[in-house]
Order: sequence, then structure tokens, then C-alpha cells
Amino acid sequence: MFDVEKIRQDFPMLRNRPDLLYFDNAATTYKPQAVIDAVCEFWTGYTSNVERGDYETAVKADRAYDHTREIIGRFINCDPKEVVFTANISHSLNQIAFGIGRWLKEGDVVLTTEAEHASNLLPWFRLQEDKGIKIEYVPVDRQGVCHIEDFKKAMHDGVRVVTMAHVTNVLGSLQPIKEIAAVAHEYGALMVVDGAQSVPHRPTDVKELDVDFLGFSSHKMCGPDGVGVLYGRYDLLQKMDPIFLGGGMNARFQPDGSIIYKDAPQKFEAGTPNIEGVIGLGAAAEYLMNLGMENIQAYEKELRAYFAEKIRKLDNIEFYNPDNVSGPITFNAKGVFSQDAAGYLGSKNICVRSGNHCAKILHEVIGTDQTLRASLYFYNTKEEVDRFIEAAKDITLENAIGIFF
Amino acid sequence: MSNTNSLLADPEILRELIMDHYQYPHHHKLKEDDRYMMKHMASDSCIDDIKVQARIENGIIEDVCFDGVACTISTASTSMMTELLRGKTTAEAKEIMNNYFNMVDAKEYDGDILEEAIAFKNVYRQANRIKCATIGWRAMQELIEESEKGNE
Ligand SMILES: Cc1ncc(COP(=O)(O)O)c(C=O)c1O
Repeated sequence: MFDVEKIRQDFPMLRNRPDLLYFDNAATTYKPQAVIDAVCEFWTGYTSNVERGDYETAVKADRAYDHTREIIGRFINCDPKEVVFTANISHSLNQIAFGIGRWLKEGDVVLTTEAEHASNLLPWFRLQEDKGIKIEYVPVDRQGVCHIEDFKKAMHDGVRVVTMAHVTNVLGSLQPIKEIAAVAHEYGALMVVDGAQSVPHRPTDVKELDVDFLGFSSHKMCGPDGVGVLYGRYDLLQKMDPIFLGGGMNARFQPDGSIIYKDAPQKFEAGTPNIEGVIGLGAAAEYLMNLGMENIQAYEKELRAYFAEKIRKLDNIEFYNPDNVSGPITFNAKGVFSQDAAGYLGSKNICVRSGNHCAKILHEVIGTDQTLRASLYFYNTKEEVDRFIEAAKDITLENAIGIFF
Repeated sequence: MSNTNSLLADPEILRELIMDHYQYPHHHKLKEDDRYMMKHMASDSCIDDIKVQARIENGIIEDVCFDGVACTISTASTSMMTELLRGKTTAEAKEIMNNYFNMVDAKEYDGDILEEAIAFKNVYRQANRIKCATIGWRAMQELIEESEKGNE
């Protein structure tokens, strides 16, 4: 049984700010006490750098840091040595594009969708500029879903990489990644997945999905900011060149410029990493696994359906993604610019996000540039949805301007 | 206080002014005319994306217009700016602009010369919207600076 009231007690932000209604979980999430404690324990009990430490606290820090690899290994079903720590998923995707880019040649195709986040497009755009690779898009439907038949039509021998979000950030479309990866592999292409909006909300098994690379961010799954994960199949990681060079990632180097890199994953972690962040991420993943990712998924699905049912009935609201079962509720108040509507909700202590959510290409698909996005997490409740719906009824131009007086 | 000033002290009227300028923005059409200079403001955020055009001749702002996608605050403040600065000398315009920027920064300002633009006097309380209230004005400021460079 998923006891949301009990779970809410774990989150100081929910206890300290009962006035706030936080529906901006696609942007970032609140942290449970267990994560805060894990970070503070490192700062107050065993601060030291990682690797090569010959004293007690350094050894402890080292163990705690590496322990997170094991936790993440269990969390997404991979080998701990396939877990690279980065600064966030944007960093993960830049590393992936950079590394794969060195294997591509002019004219090779990267196939993606029109619903991607900037972080999964711009690094590939750079390869287009620098290496002359080509980017092609699979069309998506009005709710942002990439159908397997459309994908098969778009696939061809020139495609070397397929990259897309498992769940998209604007419309929450769930893509059939397993089927897509199978087709990509038939053609010998690599499969890259942006897990920023999926990994925090549903069970993820990289073996079952059979993907080659996956990225996600700690801060969107109850963990600290400034930490991300790059999962890569080990043989690919071993072949791949790191984007950053420096201390911690080389085994030895000579004045003549020759460098021997360490093995993956250390090869990709130049410089002192975000140690407390990685330790906190481990605590976050443990916390989520204790709740159970299936339970989280089931609870959020029900809550989203409840939300969708209610918001659909509001005359002043245009609701763009009623059929998607996961991800944010994306909408606009008729006649009110999204940022003005978000400002009005903000004045009622309701936190949602406005804008085009960094997926600039998508507006051609849904027919609007600017939307509001209310995104839930497992600590949100039906009572909060009710409070939101009452406030949403009052989003009018008059009220939106009224906040300035 | 003059009649107009007392009207401009009424929040209801100020709110309606903003709504009016948002729903029916003034000079909301760009010109195909190479006497106009143009500034595209799109790099502040992923939201507002507006273009401001001005024809400045012999130190006089003969015309100002704009177009683009923007929120109420950006649209209405830019619309009022076009109304207020047309026909002014660049020196007068700078004086008005300085007062306007001071107002949205919560500094001392002379409300009288801002006329309707006084409607934005509380924007400083919503710090995230100051950018919106100044986007068109900053574009105009750059256009005036460019016109002055061109005349040197
Ligand atoms: C689908 C998707 N990809 C990538 C990102 C980028 O995440 P980060 O800012 O943590 O790098 C986001 C964040 O909003 C996202 O939703």
C-alpha cells in the first residue's frame, strides 16, 4: 500500500512549506531527509577527496562514492562499471555525442524525433556542423508519440545512431524504446536514450530495453543537483574517447604527450567529482527502490488520470495531452499567454512551468509555441490536484494582470 | 494633481491599460523600408521573441513599431513605449527611458513624464518579470545608441 501521507513526512520541503503546491517535478524534485542526511554525513563526518586516499576518511569516501555505482547498477540493471558519473544528463548526452561522433563519418545519419529536449539535439547539431553528419527526424503524432511503424519507415542503412527520450518532457509521450532499439540494432545502429523524464518515474532495465547508452539526472529523482549518470554498454565505453581530460582519468602520461587512459568508468571522470552529490544520488536511488518503482509508477498513473479527468472539464483550459498516461499535464488557459498564467498561479503559491520547455521544434506538431506544464511526482496528492483545479478555473487575463497591482 | 494623473493612480485603470495594449497593441506591424533600423530581442529567454523597428532622422524618432510573440507585460510595455517615444527627440526619449528603467528597478523616478507607462510601477515586485517589462525598451535604447553612432 502506497502511503502518500507518510511519504510526505520524509520531505522537509513539503513539511516546511505546506503553503506551496509543487507541480514542477519535471524541472526538479524535492529531496527526502535520507538524501539530505547522506550528503551532510559526508560533509560532517568523512570529508575527503576520492581515489588513492591512504587514511580512514578517504577510504570511507571512496567506498561511499563507488557504492553508488552498485546502487545504480541495481536501479537500472547494469554492471556498476557501466555507470559513469557526470554533472547532469546534458553532460551525459554531450559525452555520448562527442564519443560516438568520433566514430562517424560525413553523411552518416543520426535519427531522432521532433519532440526532443535541447540537450538531446544540440550536441548532435554540433556533429552536423563539425563532421557533416546528417540529422533526420521521425515524425510524432499530436501527443508527441513516435509510432513504431513510422519509425520503421524512417529507418535506413545510413542511420548509425538513433537517439530519443523514453518519455518526452513537453507532452510526456512514452516512446516504444524496446521495439525501436530492436529495429535500430537490426540495422547495426546504436541506440541512445534520454531517460531524464522516465528513469525517475518507472522501472528501467537497460538489458531488457537493450539500449546502448542511457542518461539521466539525479536532481529529477530526489537526488542532489550537479550529478548525472551516463550508462554505456561496457565494450562501447571502453572504446569511447572522453570529452574531458585531466587528473583521475589517466593511468600515466609522458612529456611527449602520450597518455594511457584508465578503464571505464574512471576514464570519463576527470577532475574531482561531485562526491557529496554522488553519495546523495545513491541515497536517492535507494529511497526510490524502497518505495518500489512499480508502486511509484502505478500511483502516478492513477494521480495523472485523476488530474486529466478534472482538467478536461474546465472550459477555460486547453489540454494538449489527454491520452498520454505518463508525464506532465500540458495545457494553456485560453487567451492568456503561458507566462502570465504561470505568474498568476505563482501568486497563489502554485508552482508550474511556462514556456516552450526547450523543445523548440515541437510547436509545429502541437500547434502552439508556449504551454504550461504541471508535472507530478509520487508525493503529490489528489487534494493538491483539487486545489490546483480550483485555481485553474480563475486563470483569466484580468487576474493574470491583476498580480501587478 | 492634474486630471490624467489622478486617473493614472487608479489600479483598475492601469490594469485595463495593460489589457488594452496587450489585446490591441499599437504600431504592431513591421515596415518594409530600409530607413528603419531593427533590433531582434530573442536571446533573453525561450519565451519572448520580439522585433522593434525605428526610423530616427536628424535626432528625431519619426516612427517606432514592433512585432513578435510575447507575454502581456512585454507586449503592453513595448506598445506603450512606441506610443510614448514617437515624435520625441532622442534626448527626450533618453530622459523618458531613464525614468522608466528607474521605475522598474524600484529607484527614484518622475512619474509624470512616463504617462501610461506608469502602469508598470509594480513590476519590480515580480523580479522575474522585469525582463518582460523592459525588453522593448532595451531594444529601443540600443536603436537610439546605434543611430547616434551612425551620426558621429
Ligand atoms: C527529456 C529531458 N532531457 C534532458 C533534460 C536536461 O536535464 P538537465 O538540465 O538535468 O541536464 C531535461 C530537463 O528538463 C529533460 O526533461
